[in-house]
Amino acid sequence: MARRELQEINAGSMADIAFLLLIFWLVTTTIDSDEGVKRQLPPPVPPDMEQQEVKDGDVYNVRTNFRDELLVEKEVMSIGQLKDGAKDFLVATGTGLLHPERPNVTLGDDNMKYPERQWVRKAELIVLEQSYLAAGQEKAAERVREKLTAIELFGSDYRELPGSALISLQTDRNTSYNLYLQVQNELEAAVNELRDELSLAKFNESYASLEERYGRTKEESLLDKIKAIRLVFPQRISEAEPRDASQGYY
Amino acid sequence: MSKFKKSGKRDMGSISTASLPDIVFMLLFFFMVATVLRTEEEMVRVIRPEASEIYKIEKKHLIRYINIGPPQDKRYGTEPVIQLNDQFADVAQIRDWVENERLTLAEAEQTKMWVSMKVDQDTKMGVVTDVKQELRKASALKVLYSANSRERTN
Repeated sequence: MARRELQEINAGSMADIAFLLLIFWLVTTTIDSDEGVKRQLPPPVPPDMEQQEVKDGDVYNVRTNFRDELLVEKEVMSIGQLKDGAKDFLVATGTGLLHPERPNVTLGDDNMKYPERQWVRKAELIVLEQSYLAAGQEKAAERVREKLTAIELFGSDYRELPGSALISLQTDRNTSYNLYLQVQNELEAAVNELRDELSLAKFNESYASLEERYGRTKEESLLDKIKAIRLVFPQRISEAEPRDASQGYY
Repeated sequence: MSKFKKSGKRDMGSISTASLPDIVFMLLFFFMVATVLRTEEEMVRVIRPEASEIYKIEKKHLIRYINIGPPQDKRYGTEPVIQLNDQFADVAQIRDWVENERLTLAEAEQTKMWVSMKVDQDTKMGVVTDVKQELRKASALKVLYSANSRERTN
């Protein structure tokens, strides 16, 4: 009996078939990108909450109207100027690190425009920490310790923003979403740029890269640096409770 | 006579293409794994605004989407509408929707849910503000305003 040799199947067209499949896949799938501007919304306000008295200079007021115009600190501004304006607001009274106190900033005035940064001094903090520990207030002591770490990392005392200092954004219902997002973006850019500057000067690395590396490695020392920079430049962008401004306009 | 002269005409063997299908299949599988299929149909037209301070969410399964924009189908008019999952919705439905979506996550991750708002750039803020207020009431506080990335302006 003659054994027939098994004919090998020609696999030359296999590549073509696979390519067809690949191209089909590429064409039919749409890649969903999940990137954007991150925001933490404030929790709902309890109805009986008391209004806090805030110093005029502590709030950087940004308002947008139905014609997509900006009113910043009672002055009309274009979106391109907003970032510098916000940066100026945050460093005007000097951070004690990179930004010297500007002489023309009037302090103690009734119509002060800027929040007055207060010195955070190592000697005072140490005393404060002891008193918190003695009173058994662990959390408060922990916060003080974070500041001490920051001073150690910076190599000097610094000035912190008062707790009530914030950037407040109020949008009219007829503002376009695009402008709203641009404002949010510029305000965040202002904080991020200041953080980057400080981080580059003190740690030879941009803040963004610190965060990125921390996300990968979860290294404690990186977290300390991140926290230190956040202490000097906290991101406090608040959105005012919505108001139907159109009723007040006319 | 040169030492290096080749003695005879050598035949260049053709490169075997037998592994080509394997390579292509590998590519195919890579793409199949790496791409995220759009799970829902977009019923509203969304032209995303551009922003420079972009954050990218690593854990995609934590994201839920709210689309706001004019309907694709002109029969529904041109005013911006809200789309939740696969249907048009009312602002009042958002709280229930958040609750339901939260239950689809593992218990440990329920507080980590992100809401990605894909809003058309020409939408007026009124409807967006309403949605945000509802999200606050539903305690879905982590919000991502979906945007395309661009360079920082100077």
